[in-house]
Amino acid sequence: MKKKFNFLLTFMGILCVSAGAYAADLKVGFVYVGPPGDFGWTYQHDQGRKAVERAFGDRVETTFAENVPEGADAERVMTQMALSGHDMIFATSFGYMDPVINVAAKFPNVKFEHATGYRRADNVSTYSARFYEGRTVIGHIAGKMTKTNVVGYIASYPIPEVVRGINSAYLAAKAANPNVQFKIVWVFTWFDPAKEADAANALIDQGADVIMAHTDSPSPLTVAEERGVYAFGQASDMLQFGPNARLGSIIDDWDPYYIERVQAALDGTWESTDTWDGLAPGMAALGGFGDMVPFEVRAEAMALAIGIAGGRIHSFTGPINRQDGTPWLAEGETADDGTLITMNFYVEGIEGEIPQ
Amino acid sequence: MIEIVPRTQKSNLISATIPIMAVILTMLFGGILFWSLGKNPFETIRMIFWDPLMNETFADYARPQILVKAAPLILIAIGLSFGFRANIWNIGAEGQFIMGAILSGSLGLYMYPQESSILFPLMIILGIFGGILWASIPGLLRAYFNTNEILVSLMLVYVAEQIMAAASIGFLRNPDGSGFPGSRNLSQYPSAANLEIIAGTGIHWGVATSIIAVLFFYILLHKHKFGFQVSISGISPKAARLSGINPKFLIIWCLGISGGLAGLAGMFELTGPAGQINIDFNVGYGFTAIIVAFLGRLNPIGIFFAGILMALTYVGGELTQFMLNLPAAAIQVFQGMLLFFLLSMDLLVNYKIKLKRS
Amino acid sequence: MDISSIDPVILIASLMVSSTSILLAATGELIVEKSGVLNLGVEGMMIIGAICGFIICVEFKSPFLGLIGSALGGALLSMIFAAVTQFLRANQVASGLALTLFGLGLASLLGHSYTGIKPPYLPKPNIPLLSDIPIVGKMLFQHDVVVYFSIVSVVAAWFLFQKTKLGLIVKAVGENQESAHALGYNVIRTRVIAILVGGSFAGLAGGYLSLVRVPQWTEGMTAGAGWIALALVVFSGWKPLRLIIGAYIFGGFTILQLNLQAIGIELSVALLSMTPYIVTIIALVLISSGKGRVGTSTPGSLGKVFMKVR
Repeated sequence: MKKKFNFLLTFMGILCVSAGAYAADLKVGFVYVGPPGDFGWTYQHDQGRKAVERAFGDRVETTFAENVPEGADAERVMTQMALSGHDMIFATSFGYMDPVINVAAKFPNVKFEHATGYRRADNVSTYSARFYEGRTVIGHIAGKMTKTNVVGYIASYPIPEVVRGINSAYLAAKAANPNVQFKIVWVFTWFDPAKEADAANALIDQGADVIMAHTDSPSPLTVAEERGVYAFGQASDMLQFGPNARLGSIIDDWDPYYIERVQAALDGTWESTDTWDGLAPGMAALGGFGDMVPFEVRAEAMALAIGIAGGRIHSFTGPINRQDGTPWLAEGETADDGTLITMNFYVEGIEGEIPQ
Repeated sequence: MIEIVPRTQKSNLISATIPIMAVILTMLFGGILFWSLGKNPFETIRMIFWDPLMNETFADYARPQILVKAAPLILIAIGLSFGFRANIWNIGAEGQFIMGAILSGSLGLYMYPQESSILFPLMIILGIFGGILWASIPGLLRAYFNTNEILVSLMLVYVAEQIMAAASIGFLRNPDGSGFPGSRNLSQYPSAANLEIIAGTGIHWGVATSIIAVLFFYILLHKHKFGFQVSISGISPKAARLSGINPKFLIIWCLGISGGLAGLAGMFELTGPAGQINIDFNVGYGFTAIIVAFLGRLNPIGIFFAGILMALTYVGGELTQFMLNLPAAAIQVFQGMLLFFLLSMDLLVNYKIKLKRS
Repeated sequence: MDISSIDPVILIASLMVSSTSILLAATGELIVEKSGVLNLGVEGMMIIGAICGFIICVEFKSPFLGLIGSALGGALLSMIFAAVTQFLRANQVASGLALTLFGLGLASLLGHSYTGIKPPYLPKPNIPLLSDIPIVGKMLFQHDVVVYFSIVSVVAAWFLFQKTKLGLIVKAVGENQESAHALGYNVIRTRVIAILVGGSFAGLAGGYLSLVRVPQWTEGMTAGAGWIALALVVFSGWKPLRLIIGAYIFGGFTILQLNLQAIGIELSVALLSMTPYIVTIIALVLISSGKGRVGTSTPGSLGKVFMKVR
């Protein structure tokens, strides 16, 4: 029976037409932690992949694997990608860090790009976006637009990335409106639309009339739309989910970086780099303003964005104290990247503690 | 009318043919699915079942990787199968897997960075202990309070997942990890690492253990009194009681064995392929193993092949994603079909279908 | 940090909404389990309901049709489970898990071109007089129809099992399949119907998520709610009316926890998140230890394969 089974498989094998009849100059694989249909983190990376396809046409072939768990499975997927002739692999989640390093060591000729990590090698680059710059701008809008002076913030996990976002948004909101107060809810998930909706409702019940979120689904925005308060698009523009609620959005725009890196690989100029780009090159991008945002607020927000992009304004400019009142940045001093990358404290004025 | 009647004689030929028929049926229906998604069905199916084993580009790497992926499934499923035979339903192996990893991982992380040759064996013991500990809760509750173990063990999975989340952002978080969630990588800590046994293959101690477990539990099941007791309790609890088998003893042992093996699998997975405790450490091995146990008809040898088959669909399924742009969901559906066909074709092993005129 | 800023009226109103989905799914599963079948595929049926409802709602621009579609979707998927476990006598635990796997995959295939669409809103009924009552009106009478439907169906389930012959048959089949068969009841047919009813409830629960709670389709959006529904059935001790209490406690825990955080009270989220499950286990122990299994509502034949013996 076994023999017959093998025979059948071989027979099928003969019938098959071999894939990849045309050969592209460069084969690029993307490894996603979620589905491209999440409309958040993975969706934006997939937009970046599509941008690469549009930019290079037949010269570059792209592929992807979705819902790849971090750890052993990721290592196997990337190894198989490398074996199957991919020249470049984008690993788009922090948890892929050790697997990327391991696989990269085995395939010195394959170029790896790892999002949000910090371990590099000759053939491993890292990249991340200064989303906090975008949060400074929408924090300003939030401070200006709140009437109850309460901004609700849905936070995912207590990691530096999220804490940094809260701090930058709070500082900007406070500068725009000295009476502003932040209420922060930790949901301990990146993606659970129902729970995110519950969190948004709880914050609105507690008086928040502007909702900011650092989770992946559009559900906080849909809740805001229904309850008649304001919110922002997060990761992608999300305009369609809350046309009356959406004040603006911060968008993870990986397109320019992906195109640039693929171009470098095609030209043979690719080398291991560490990129942490913000508003200037547009890795953290801003979506259009909602119609309800008054002209002067738009102008201020634009000025802020242009200032940050031009390097004249830094999201963290002293004097800033830590939450416990100890000084962090002196007058005019700006935060160094080292502190920002490992940020695990709130700035003065934010109530509550970061959960441990 | 169709009537289903028990077979009077069990036929080995039929036992062997049925899984193959189920696979062929899955290929047929799966092929239609792939075709409807605009893919070449023959190519897709070849890539799932054939390329990981035989394609010259992948096979050298993929063959041992299938064993690596199958090892925790086999180890857990074998443990579960004993309970299932005796109608003791531990469906919380996922939680026991997690607790084995957390307990053994805690020791390893506590000892870091001291090197010691007894650390790894100690962690193995703690891993087993963690799983037994977690499984003993439903075990003792069932034995002494007659509480339904299916539900208690399932509830404890969620509790374990919360402990895992708390550990990865709290008490086991890597102090040098820039505040990101997740513990230190134990596979990079020589004394705690579950190292490769055969260089370059990824085959680790967990794979070896799972193969030993297949043989050991095969003997236990067929040659030892305990195996007999388990089997008789499943077929007829009354007969079991009459022949002097203590049901409490059996419940506690069956849950203990399944919990211990799940915890052991968690320990091997943590110190080897996964490396670190993290929020997403568990990827469903404990639940998939339940299916594997049934696919293997609760027999260690059958479970071995069922585990390999499941692992093959995972590894081959990944290939179809980036080779043929097939969505991951299509593979999930395909796996679902395979399970349904295998589970329902099992009927034909013990029964035959007769056409009857009414 | 002022506890008084949590308005109990609003809290109850929002926990009713957030518990509706698990309450619906649990009601369905309770009926299934009463008939002696354990279907662990709730999560799979929910997500199929979520996408089927969403597709129909978007295509026909009718949330009501969408909700019906979600129930049909869930029922259709549960037919596979019914066929495999009842006619082909496969193991229920394994088949239920396979159903979840299958459902999650199929849902994301079906939903591929439906991400990023906002479905039409389900209008809330305006209940005159009642909704104007101070406090109670705001708490209880300003919800959407599905919230009321979920409560009505729990009461209906209670009525079914307490007061009707049909309910007695279902219970008899679940309690002791051999005796029920001997009494001349058709065990398989009863169970198949129960499975389909359970499937449509689970589907509706998913449809409520994608059409009302978070009106959108995103892959994996049920995020484990089906498993909570399973826990809820156990928590209730298979008594329909207790489902409401259980669902509101389960939902209330999440809502209260989020509200407490919002007013700045420190708490261990991990500990709070695991509390409902620990409470469920304790409830289960209390149910089973007190009087032994006799006298409780745990169906005696739960999860057992029925084989006709002639």
